[in-house]
Amino acid sequence: MKKIILDSLGKSQHRGLNFRDMLYNNEARAFFFQIVTFVLVVGLFYTAIGNLFQNIEERGINTGFTFLKNRAGFDILPFLGNYVVDYTPESSNFSVFYVGLINTLVVAFVGIILSTLIGLFIGIARLSNNYLVAKLAGGYIELFRNVPILLQILFWYNLFINLFPHPKQSFAFFDIMFLNQRGLYLPKPIPEDGFLLVALSLLVGIIASYFVKQHYKKKHELTGIHTSTWPFSVALILGLPIIIFLVLGSPLQFDIAVLGKFNLRGGMNVVPEFLALTFALSVYTATYIAEAIRSGIEAVDKGQKEAAAAIGLTPTQSLKLIILPQALRVAIPPTINQYLNLTKNSSLATAIGYPELMSAFGGTVLNQVGQAVEILAMAMLVYLVISLFISLLLNYVNNKMAIQGR
Amino acid sequence: MPVFDQQETRKPPISQIGAVLWLKTNLFSSWINSILTFASLYLLYIMIPPLLNWMIFDASFSFGTINFFGFEIKFSEEMATNDNCGRVGACWPYIYEKLYMYTYGFYPRTETWRPNTVFALTGLLFVIVPLVKNYKYKNRVTLSLIILYPLISYVLIAGGFGLLTPVATDQWGGLLLTLIIASVGIIVSFPIGVLLALGRQSNLKVIKLFSTLFIEFIRAVPLITILFMASFVLPLFLESGNYFDKLLRALIGIALFQAAYFAEVVRGGLQAIPRGQYEAADAIGLSYFQKNVLIILPQALKISIPNIVGSSISLFKDTTLVLIIGLFDMLAMVNLTSNDPYWLGRETEGFVFVTMVMWAILYTMSRYSRKLELRFNTENKN
Amino acid sequence: MKQLLKLSAASLLVVGALSVQASTLGDVQAKGYVSCGVSKGLAGFSSADSSGTWTGVDVDVCRAVAAATLGDAQKVKFVPLTAKERFTALQSGEIDMLSRNTTWTITRDASLGLNFAGVNYYDGQGFMVKSSLGVSSAMELSGAAVCIQAGTTTELNLADWGKANGIEYNSVVSDTNAQTLTNYDAGRCDVLTTDASGLYSMRAAASDPSEHVVLPEIISKEPLGPVVRQGDDQWFNIVRWSLNAMITAEELGVTSATVDEVTNNPERERLMGRSGSTHEYVGLTPDWTYQIVKQVGNYSESFERNIGINTPIGIARGVNALWTDGGILYSPPFR
Repeated sequence: MKKIILDSLGKSQHRGLNFRDMLYNNEARAFFFQIVTFVLVVGLFYTAIGNLFQNIEERGINTGFTFLKNRAGFDILPFLGNYVVDYTPESSNFSVFYVGLINTLVVAFVGIILSTLIGLFIGIARLSNNYLVAKLAGGYIELFRNVPILLQILFWYNLFINLFPHPKQSFAFFDIMFLNQRGLYLPKPIPEDGFLLVALSLLVGIIASYFVKQHYKKKHELTGIHTSTWPFSVALILGLPIIIFLVLGSPLQFDIAVLGKFNLRGGMNVVPEFLALTFALSVYTATYIAEAIRSGIEAVDKGQKEAAAAIGLTPTQSLKLIILPQALRVAIPPTINQYLNLTKNSSLATAIGYPELMSAFGGTVLNQVGQAVEILAMAMLVYLVISLFISLLLNYVNNKMAIQGR
Repeated sequence: MPVFDQQETRKPPISQIGAVLWLKTNLFSSWINSILTFASLYLLYIMIPPLLNWMIFDASFSFGTINFFGFEIKFSEEMATNDNCGRVGACWPYIYEKLYMYTYGFYPRTETWRPNTVFALTGLLFVIVPLVKNYKYKNRVTLSLIILYPLISYVLIAGGFGLLTPVATDQWGGLLLTLIIASVGIIVSFPIGVLLALGRQSNLKVIKLFSTLFIEFIRAVPLITILFMASFVLPLFLESGNYFDKLLRALIGIALFQAAYFAEVVRGGLQAIPRGQYEAADAIGLSYFQKNVLIILPQALKISIPNIVGSSISLFKDTTLVLIIGLFDMLAMVNLTSNDPYWLGRETEGFVFVTMVMWAILYTMSRYSRKLELRFNTENKN
Repeated sequence: MKQLLKLSAASLLVVGALSVQASTLGDVQAKGYVSCGVSKGLAGFSSADSSGTWTGVDVDVCRAVAAATLGDAQKVKFVPLTAKERFTALQSGEIDMLSRNTTWTITRDASLGLNFAGVNYYDGQGFMVKSSLGVSSAMELSGAAVCIQAGTTTELNLADWGKANGIEYNSVVSDTNAQTLTNYDAGRCDVLTTDASGLYSMRAAASDPSEHVVLPEIISKEPLGPVVRQGDDQWFNIVRWSLNAMITAEELGVTSATVDEVTNNPERERLMGRSGSTHEYVGLTPDWTYQIVKQVGNYSESFERNIGINTPIGIARGVNALWTDGGILYSPPFR
């Protein structure tokens, strides 16, 4: 490489710069290519944006973000976002964005936890020495991995509303929780005066127990005397808030759902759209996580398992203490990528009418206002930020998990 | 003389052989395993029988008489109607009745041979490519197939050119549309993806920057936002008055989306090529173009083949999303056909059928990719 | 909502003004087909049969216009639209006319840059519940969950009605007819509300039609009809009078079977284009009405074929009978 450049430079010194030499000069060529690409890309953008403005003006489409302040004027399926924002049809379009964002995040959050649990379970089950369990886990992966996620969302939703009973015959759990085709009804906590103190005492308890633990850890390192800290932790984290709670005279009430004429009324209604969507996404994503965990476990050296058995660990101990910690090092990066996929796939909620970002804001508001550029830009920005956040998490984990050479 | 008294060989205990041993080691080796076994059996028990009842035992198979490649198969006196098809089990005659819609959408009935030919050609492709594996001119054959196959398929399906009746894109639908979107998505996005991968690995800063930005942006957002962009915003980017076909818009969105994913797959392959290969290519004085086309890409692409297939599978799954922007793929056909006044209330059958078709295709593809992976793994070990 | 409507109205008006530069009739004749927006699937009004042929009373209006302008009722390109998409599709010029159970209201007529060309079905919003609920009047529905379709007048009527009668409800909003029905049928909500015609059509589609009752209250007037863009009066007239021709044909007793008979009824001969010169005023060939009746049939034929008593939908003519039969269906004279 260097030789060629030197050669050509030498030649050009010899004969002076001419076009032919320029053509064969690598640096000149690189410069030329970059300029051309730059001009092409910028030109393309310039024309596209120019056309965009011209088209918007011709069609009389509004521009700018003033539409966010306008009245939304439509109902949204009541769920977490509605409660947090206190949404009514009188609210602004920006509240719709906010409602959608909250609903997206809650699906992503619950979905990530659930899919990890299922994935872990299936991944381990796949390698079980129980023939039936291993085959079932394999069947699960082959079945749910090879059906488009949109179909699965529709399937679970329709199954849910068809399988569970009418509100009048709800499954009741001790008459405080109810499950029926309209969703899951949980008691709704209503904090009264003084509940803040209880919450604060919990926080204090957690912080205090951390310091206690640090203290005894230091002592253990210095003196070798081991003290188990869990009684202190329990006392601080659970005891302290409970005492304060009782002293203040139970400042927390629960609103429990009761059967009205048609529906259960009151309580906290977790709508079936949410349950079905989260479940579908978790079941689907879990197949990928299970495969990641399986390949992680298979990547652990066989000797490790044998060594664990040799020092007398039970299979459960060996899995927990020896195999999984090493397997996770391989399994976690692809798993975190799946978290991003799960969050992106939550945008398919529009098919069953769960009001997340792309269905409430990117769908209904877009149809009402028609300002596709602004609305889609906002939605894409949210997903960009989420994905950036997950990439940062991935980098952090990769650094943390890297085998530390000493 | 001591006589060795031949004793009858004793059989191993019953618990140490055959089925019992298998059961013991595989299902009941410990009490936890036994519990798991019974739990699994219970799970199968509550799921399988109702499913079989609905799909087979309670279902209606009154197709009437079906002409199957010249053979008359008689299922029942006459085809069931919606009223006498039963509501307990599945009504498969409904699927038979709507099969045309699921397969071809609104494609004119008189022109069915055209998509059929394309289906056959596609099948043939999978037969020819492995056959010519050891043929001297296999590269030329493959290359000409890659160019000819889309061309022939396009002419056959779209018509025009004074040869065939033109069929507008809004008449394409069902499985045909699903396959078109998937194959166009893969074929068009692949070269773009390779260029993007090379761009991202390039020493040229500007090109590297643009490629990286594009790839990372596309990979961060859901396909549905890209499809919305393609169907609502793309027309605004063009000079006013340029009308743009709905399907074409979706295809552009899908191709750009898939290109970003292919780019990452190919980049993985590029990174696996030892530095020495690049240096050797430079040393013998190959140009950038020659170096990549003759030395680097053939090796990199070979390594990435399993992942390319895997990525294509994802794309195939994602084609169902075009339903949301109003194209009539197979899934959208389920909704549409469920509104026929003479076949009302049969949506479930449609969903189940589409799920089975999609599953069969995707399962075959994923098996194929697994096979490729194994093949390339062993080749690497040698 | 009002602000929104104004906003979209302003934007749509401009689009409307732009897209009428060429005459729609000229466009249609050059293309060789009428591009007609229909519902994505509402049994009896617009749905595709097993061979992909569109049928329904809304579809027949599109076919009538195609027969009138192109002489062939088959030359229609059907564009299935959701309720939310329909007006934008018309305004952007993607479709030439909209025949998608669309309610004629002053807002839509006067502020969206649209024109309603007539009424092909007189409807009203009603409620359907499961008979097992034991509800006999909509006034008893307080606290119920109601299934509605997004982007329709239904949503707004319901809000008005609930407010006026002090009835609270939870709305479960879906995007398509199909999902609304699935939700209701499964029990996700207690009540389904939409236009009465839609209720009958959806009741027929439910898993057991006999389990559902349509409540007697009709809470709104919903005249459904074809819509065209504002600013092209010739096209507006063609669509309006194609529909009127079907109604007048029923009034005069002309059916697709008897259309070739020559009688000495002057009005009938005028309608069939065998005398008079009405065709010149709309810029079509003399046989335009003849082609409508010959290929699509009169109003009654279309009604009975698609949603009448003998179809699975089973709707009686009711107010949609001719004015001479006690209904309110009325066409201005062909003169």
